[in-house]
Amino acid sequence: MGMTITEKILASHADLAKVEPGDLVECRVDMLFANDITAPLAIQQFERIGVDRVFDPDRVAFVLDHYSPSKDIASAEQCRITREFVRKHGLPHFYDVGRAGIAHVLLAEEGFVAPGELFVGADSHTCNHGALGAFATGVGSSDLAAAMATGRLWFRVPPTLRFVFRGTLPRWVTGKDLVLRIIGDIGVDGARYAAMEFAGPVLQQLSMDERFSITNMAVEAGAKNGIMEPDEAVLEWIRPRARRPFQPVYSDPDASYAAVHEYDVTDMQPVVSAPSSPANVVPVTEVTGVRVDQCFIGTCTNGRIEDLRQAARVLAGRRVHPDVRLLVIPATPRIYRQALEEGLIQVFLDAGAAVSTPTCGPCIGGHMGVLADGEVCVSTSSRNFIGRMGHRGSRVYLSNAAVAAAAAVAGKLVHPDEVVREPARV
Amino acid sequence: MAIRGRAHKVGDHIDTDLIIAGRYLVTTDPVKLGEHLFEDLDPGLRQRIRPGDVLVAGENFGQGSSREHAPLALVGAGVAAVVAASYARIFYRNAFNNGLLLLECPEASRAVQDGDELEIDPQTGEIRDLTRGELYRAKPIPPFMQELTQLGGIIPYVRRRLGREAS
Repeated sequence: MGMTITEKILASHADLAKVEPGDLVECRVDMLFANDITAPLAIQQFERIGVDRVFDPDRVAFVLDHYSPSKDIASAEQCRITREFVRKHGLPHFYDVGRAGIAHVLLAEEGFVAPGELFVGADSHTCNHGALGAFATGVGSSDLAAAMATGRLWFRVPPTLRFVFRGTLPRWVTGKDLVLRIIGDIGVDGARYAAMEFAGPVLQQLSMDERFSITNMAVEAGAKNGIMEPDEAVLEWIRPRARRPFQPVYSDPDASYAAVHEYDVTDMQPVVSAPSSPANVVPVTEVTGVRVDQCFIGTCTNGRIEDLRQAARVLAGRRVHPDVRLLVIPATPRIYRQALEEGLIQVFLDAGAAVSTPTCGPCIGGHMGVLADGEVCVSTSSRNFIGRMGHRGSRVYLSNAAVAAAAAVAGKLVHPDEVVREPARV
Repeated sequence: MAIRGRAHKVGDHIDTDLIIAGRYLVTTDPVKLGEHLFEDLDPGLRQRIRPGDVLVAGENFGQGSSREHAPLALVGAGVAAVVAASYARIFYRNAFNNGLLLLECPEASRAVQDGDELEIDPQTGEIRDLTRGELYRAKPIPPFMQELTQLGGIIPYVRRRLGREAS
């Protein structure tokens, strides 16, 4: 019996020829990171371990993205703790205000994760990097501290669920819609403790940006990791970026899967996750007319250039509805600059949107767009839990960028076709 | 040592945002975090929890964010143990790393009622509902997690290992 890509990466990093689901393995970690919320606790725990230095400064990154630029004195102190640790240990991969972006998007574009590698981050959306054919998973601060001291971490080898997409993507249907659809089908614990492997010819129709949106949300089904086999597009994307030589890994034809789910995407529609669970998925046409107060385009799930282009296609020559605030937050400085060069920022400003420097801010109800009691937000983020983006009485619909932009123009949830009648996918 | 306290019931899929909201993640102090435990789920719940009490949850407890502040908030509020039908994976690891006892027991999760007096033996995983006179047995904790628990989590585990390698 062969192995899946996930099993192969875990096996090679544990120096084993073969692993099976359920095995407990201790793996080498190729790269790790923490953010301004998880780093202070990881630093505390690292100092309790009592070692003088991190296992390899070149394999450790810190990114200030959540409450940065600092929202108040307490969050400023958290950032200060992280800065001091970085300076004390002379860590080269530190991203502070102005150079920082949302960690998952930034670290991928900076080439810190490559096919076949094992990556851990003290942030649940670390599973994002599976789109590159890497094993990437979120851990807590203590586990991160252990890995930072030793370069190793234990894992239970997960069973793999395989999701195969066939057919032709209709316009306005994006990678985000595919992953929401899966979460709607299997539930928020449908892949608990498992690996989600995404496959099928439709992946080739998707940009890298859209692929990241899919693996990014694996954790929303409870998965340990989301992963895709690295095709030629991945290799082309990563070659100019990768910081180390890498070895792509592929699932064996006779690999064993706990389940295989097949999807034909041809008749799919854009969907939303209605309040207050990512699994509460319905076609946008079923909730048309729901009035909105705020729309938010950004985050590690959908703050990439392709998302901004989709939003701009809807917003070009149109105005944000007078009763709606639209927030657009490019995920990294590089994406921000590219959006500027492509004229997208101009489109957003002309439409009446607020455009901000990269931050996770609104997604966690932290700053830069916190919701009041009773307010409704259409957000391109990944979680619509009660209170996630503000008051516990606020409500969040998760969607792709075009749906969020269309809602901003219409003042209510609508199919993007109702706002614009040109193809989104050209 | 046995744990004895009152049960506080919560539902399925309780996420880490509901355990401790994102707006409070600007400290690592368990007591400060504990003050805001479950604030968005049920604003009165925190006041009803006394040190030594037990949280009884449904499926997939602790889903979502990797914030280790969630188990810290439970510890800071004095919660002695959690009994749930199942746990989300990052929360599970984080709890063990912070000395929070987690028991997996779908039967107890269903049958125990809010306010019941519980007695838990951490060694055997026996959960006694003293109010109803029922006995439940939690699923055995995997041997490696038992080792982690006995040492006090991943940090003492790594300290011991590094010490052994150095000597």
